[in-house]
Amino acid sequence: MATQQAVRKLTYVQAFNEVLAQEMERDPNVVVLGEDVAGGAGREEFKEAWGGPFKLTQGLYKKFGPGRILDTPIAENGFIGAAVGAAATGLRPVADLMFVGFVGVCGDQIFNNAAKMHYMFGGKVKLPLTIITATGAGVGSAAQHSESLYALFAHMPGLKCVAPSNPYNAKGLMAAAIRDDDPVIVFNHKLLMGGIGGGQHVPKESYITPIGKANIAREGTDVTLVGISYTTYQCLQAAQELEQQGYSAEVIDLLSISPMDDEAILNSVKKTRKIVIVDEDYPRCSVASDISALVAEQAFDVLDAPPRRVMAPHASVPYSPVLEDLFIPSKERIVEAALDVLQ
Amino acid sequence: MATATRASAISKEKLIWLYETMVLIRKFEEQARREQDSGRLRGTHSAIGQEAVPTGICAHLKDTDFVLGNHRSHHHCIAKGVDVNEMMAELLGKVTGTNRGKGGTMHIADITKGMLGANGVVGSNIPVATGVGLSAKVRKTDQVSVVFFGDGAAQQGSLHESLNLAAIWKLPVLFVCENNRYAESTPFEYSVAGGSVANRAAGYGVPGVTVDGQNVLDMYEVGGEAVRRARAGEGPTLIEAQTYRYFGHYGADNPLGYRTKEEQDHYMAKDCIKQMRKHLTEHKVATVADLDAIDKKCHDRIDAATKFAVDSPFPDLDELTTDVYIKYD
Repeated sequence: MATQQAVRKLTYVQAFNEVLAQEMERDPNVVVLGEDVAGGAGREEFKEAWGGPFKLTQGLYKKFGPGRILDTPIAENGFIGAAVGAAATGLRPVADLMFVGFVGVCGDQIFNNAAKMHYMFGGKVKLPLTIITATGAGVGSAAQHSESLYALFAHMPGLKCVAPSNPYNAKGLMAAAIRDDDPVIVFNHKLLMGGIGGGQHVPKESYITPIGKANIAREGTDVTLVGISYTTYQCLQAAQELEQQGYSAEVIDLLSISPMDDEAILNSVKKTRKIVIVDEDYPRCSVASDISALVAEQAFDVLDAPPRRVMAPHASVPYSPVLEDLFIPSKERIVEAALDVLQ
Repeated sequence: MATATRASAISKEKLIWLYETMVLIRKFEEQARREQDSGRLRGTHSAIGQEAVPTGICAHLKDTDFVLGNHRSHHHCIAKGVDVNEMMAELLGKVTGTNRGKGGTMHIADITKGMLGANGVVGSNIPVATGVGLSAKVRKTDQVSVVFFGDGAAQQGSLHESLNLAAIWKLPVLFVCENNRYAESTPFEYSVAGGSVANRAAGYGVPGVTVDGQNVLDMYEVGGEAVRRARAGEGPTLIEAQTYRYFGHYGADNPLGYRTKEEQDHYMAKDCIKQMRKHLTEHKVATVADLDAIDKKCHDRIDAATKFAVDSPFPDLDELTTDVYIKYD
């Protein structure tokens, strides 16, 4: 009967919203705090004016009330720090850092406390904290609201980092993040939240996409393309084009940035002997650089060509649409890089 | 109300606990300085002179309440009941330490005693403590969260964000500023606009109380009211305890490079332990011999803690990469 199952098409935002509601139902210690996660706080007639800046928390205030959906003042250091303290003492908070660039305001709480408390306290405090944050360029938000910054977080021992690429794994990874006893950063790309890639079948029942495992989004034999979040979508587009040109590209959807599924990457490279890593983050000391080093150190002998990175430039995210388009790794650049290592 | 009158309302047992806790802290800190001088310990931030502040507050707390400290936090830990053996072992980097030797002097934590950690970043624990208060409120317990910070930290934005949050959510948090008059070498009067930390509470509609932090009975009274308010759901309190750091900021820092001997003598003459000895003997709560016996007991306790720490092993080398995560694969 499994084959008869009806398709239940959800957008990224709907899937994310569903998992938040399910986890809050499942565990009374799960709370959400952040700016405008309800919206219009304190005013009876405007309850839940926003439902989150990206609607991820829509409907939750009405369901769970002000005790568990907590609108905060604009004070990232204050409320992310509060989420750390709450996590250390029995809650399982989900804190919404509206845009990843705002880490500049609350880096102390994330890097000095959340990442380090378990270690520096000798393993005696656990910190089941989830931080969700919006990433990515493409909507004209310029330098401070469009970054990826994966590497900044992945650099820190003590933090886990996941980057969903579609509605299905957004739901599964978020469930995994909330249930995890370590602090997890969940990067939500703005274009994915905006609907790029379209809806997808998402089972109603709750499920886990394990942290630390990559997904082979498309099998292939000639070249490995590694995508992170939105760039996985681009890699899949590029793979279609490569197919038309007679090449079989394998697409690895990284999903988990820290821990990273080294094995999946190495296994794929051993098969294809060529790798192109597509990362929207800044290029210096990036996740793509890390993967490139991994392959160079552990699979050098099988490589037919040097590992190749397709990335943003070492520049801030520009505003003008012509420049922003150039900033984001494009399908064309991925295809070009792939053809380069293939030939 | 005069100190003497107030003290009559405190049980003899509690008065002795206040004295003994301060003496135990003093002896611990004196030994820590000796360890530092001998080179077994690579420097600490001495809390000598500031013993009365956490002692008076923690006298009202239970193991299930939480205390969060700062870089100068040995006195907070001892007042909250953390074992001095484990603390001394932690200072020496031993595996029997509170943090298995991984935290050291600036990060001592023992969640079983409600000590949620010293923290080496100035002002960093203030938001965390606010979240502990939020947790207590959401979980509907009567737990109280207390954060100790210095006059230096009071200039960080974290205090202001947290006072605001704790006030709008009416959280059971005590914000306790231990104003020892120096942020490292920078004097209070230079760095604190308006000349008061406690006054800042008014802007958030929170009670702000200034108290003599060298008088443990005053601390006890102010702490009692703030804890009562917190447990009753009446919200946070900001307490500015005026105290004095007898030694330099850290390690071998010589404070006479930035303050006078006369100033030091002025504050040391009001030493919290001396004051309490006088009070207890004058009011016949204890004799000099009783108090000397307590001093001796604390001295022996710290001797035993030092022996425990010295005799304890260092962590196994594979501990370098354990406890980074609960699970990571």
